Amino acid sequence: MSTSDVTRDGLRGAHPEREATTGVATGRRGRRRGEQPRVEAGAGSSYYGLPVLNQVTWETTDIGGYLYLGGLAGASSVLAAGAELTDRPVLARATRASALGAVGLSLVALIHDLGRPERFLHMLRVAKPSSPMNVGSWLLTVYGPVAGVAAAADIAGVLPRTRRAATLAAAALGPAVASYTAVLISDTAVPAWHDGYREMPYLFVGSGATAAAGLGMIAAPPYEAGPARRTALVGAVLEVGAGRLMQRRLGMVAEPYEHGRSGALVRAGEIGTTVSALAAQVVDRVPGGRGRAAAVACGAALMVSSALTRFGIFLAGKASAADPRYTVEPQRRRLTERRVERGDGSGAEGAGG
Amino acid sequence: MTIHPLPDPVVASGWTDAPPRMGFFTDTSVCIGCKACEVACKEWNAIPARGTEGSSDLAQDFTAMSMDNSMGLGADTWRHVAFIEQRKPLGIQEPGQFHGDDPSGSDVLALAAQGSGTPPSEAGMTPTTPGPAGEFRWLMASDVCKHCTHAACLDVCPTGSLFRTEFGTVVVQEDICNGCGYCVPACPYGVIDQRPEDGRAWKCTLCYDRISVGAEPACAKACPTDSIQFGPLDELRARADARLASMHENGVTDARLYGRDPDDGVGGDGAFFLLLDEPEVYGLPPDPVDTTRDLASMWRHAATAAVTVLAGIAVTFAGGSGRRSRR
Repeated sequence: MSTSDVTRDGLRGAHPEREATTGVATGRRGRRRGEQPRVEAGAGSSYYGLPVLNQVTWETTDIGGYLYLGGLAGASSVLAAGAELTDRPVLARATRASALGAVGLSLVALIHDLGRPERFLHMLRVAKPSSPMNVGSWLLTVYGPVAGVAAAADIAGVLPRTRRAATLAAAALGPAVASYTAVLISDTAVPAWHDGYREMPYLFVGSGATAAAGLGMIAAPPYEAGPARRTALVGAVLEVGAGRLMQRRLGMVAEPYEHGRSGALVRAGEIGTTVSALAAQVVDRVPGGRGRAAAVACGAALMVSSALTRFGIFLAGKASAADPRYTVEPQRRRLTERRVERGDGSGAEGAGG
Repeated sequence: MTIHPLPDPVVASGWTDAPPRMGFFTDTSVCIGCKACEVACKEWNAIPARGTEGSSDLAQDFTAMSMDNSMGLGADTWRHVAFIEQRKPLGIQEPGQFHGDDPSGSDVLALAAQGSGTPPSEAGMTPTTPGPAGEFRWLMASDVCKHCTHAACLDVCPTGSLFRTEFGTVVVQEDICNGCGYCVPACPYGVIDQRPEDGRAWKCTLCYDRISVGAEPACAKACPTDSIQFGPLDELRARADARLASMHENGVTDARLYGRDPDDGVGGDGAFFLLLDEPEVYGLPPDPVDTTRDLASMWRHAATAAVTVLAGIAVTFAGGSGRRSRR
């Protein structure tokens, strides 16, 4: 409904704001007159604060879980081989079973996350080194059955030579299964993932090792679980150390690893891993009958902490994709540096943000 | 090891006797924000409405932020017109102005009599001739898939569903795509996306079906101001360079080309733009880099990490058998 009349002398009865010009008469907060521009001009700006990237479509439980399970499976296979070679049958059986279970579940998660699950085998219609997901699919296609044979032969108590060979083969492939997922997420334009590609594989294998170590401590009796306890320490050093290095190197892009829900998960994972890995070193000195319970609790804490780290990293990536600052600011800085290097004098323009 | 050994993506993809590489040059300085490109694209490619049947998502089309109702490129938006309002002079645009005897000479009837071929220098009010006292300007730009020379979406696609056509464009084969979603975060421009009710990834095909029979893409055909120009990439680049030079001569120093440079982080775009402000103002990344450029280094780090953890766990077994050493 109209509230004004058009006359020769202009508008009569019009709302005064109608004449307002964008950005004019900017006063203090709360006293701004005139419509404000919604998109600022120049460098360091964004389009209505909308993200530059399209958000990751992967489900957090599916692919966050996939990252965790891949690490658990891969590191379990390495522990299984060590246990096999040093005559630790309980540790060997538990880690072989966990490798098979984890790789099976991770495959379920991966297929469940596909938009067209019935087309899963399309992954194998090509061999494509430029696609980490394709490489991973082939890797799992080989690793899965090998881990399966190792676990099945053990449980059935048959073919000891085949069991040993399969256990060793799975241990050779396991570290690749644990580390390739780092390349999978780093090979994206998601700032917090891509920019961390140097440290991410170390963080991932470390997190996988702490999870497998936790499982070993839960399943194996203390006299067999020594390597699992020490593996917890190795994994924690890799996981926490690489994580710290990554956060320091990334600068402002590391913010999602430090703040918000993702930051809380990463921090909880870091503290949990550190504390339980240290506790694992003294758990066998707990007196009386409570030693076993303490080892189980410590192992569970290791597994949970590793999962917290993975989900924290997954959500941090999503958070960094959702905010255009993480995409624009580092690129803007790069451009500015390049201009300064070339000495064309226009470098100062890009300092925004 | 390099992922992209050959500069020509068409040759690198194995095509021989290919036609010239085709692309878009989108000159945003003459975009009027009519969205004919969006509509033509939706019509020709039979793209569903964004809020699909049975959902109330259509309400989200009212963004309440500007004339923009499609927000950005995605599975169901292959052309997206951005609207940016700025307090920056560009021509005369004053509210409440009587134009009968405008001293600046914006006589629309006289302008109309000159026809559409007005040289920029003679035009009374065009984006190329900034008026003396403008207070704000509207920037409008039709965004589209860039059809990168080094296309990360294509590189990471695990099924080979995304492929390089003989025209140098990047197209999804929908009968192959299994909806893994890897291409979505791989795209440094936020172009390709997954259609939730369908599961597969979709994006601009540069009207592969149309250009295969010599027709121009639907958006370029529909564009009333020729803001969207389609043609062989070499020709478009020459045309864009000439346009940029003429705009700079006319004092529009804001004008710049985006995605034109074959030496940029993605090896140059098959669809590039003339912009009037920094790319981020339009929602474009200022210095995009092919996501897979560092892939060789990523694999090396992963391999080193794998060896590290193998050695690290092996060391924990030093000291022999569990049974004998502990009991």
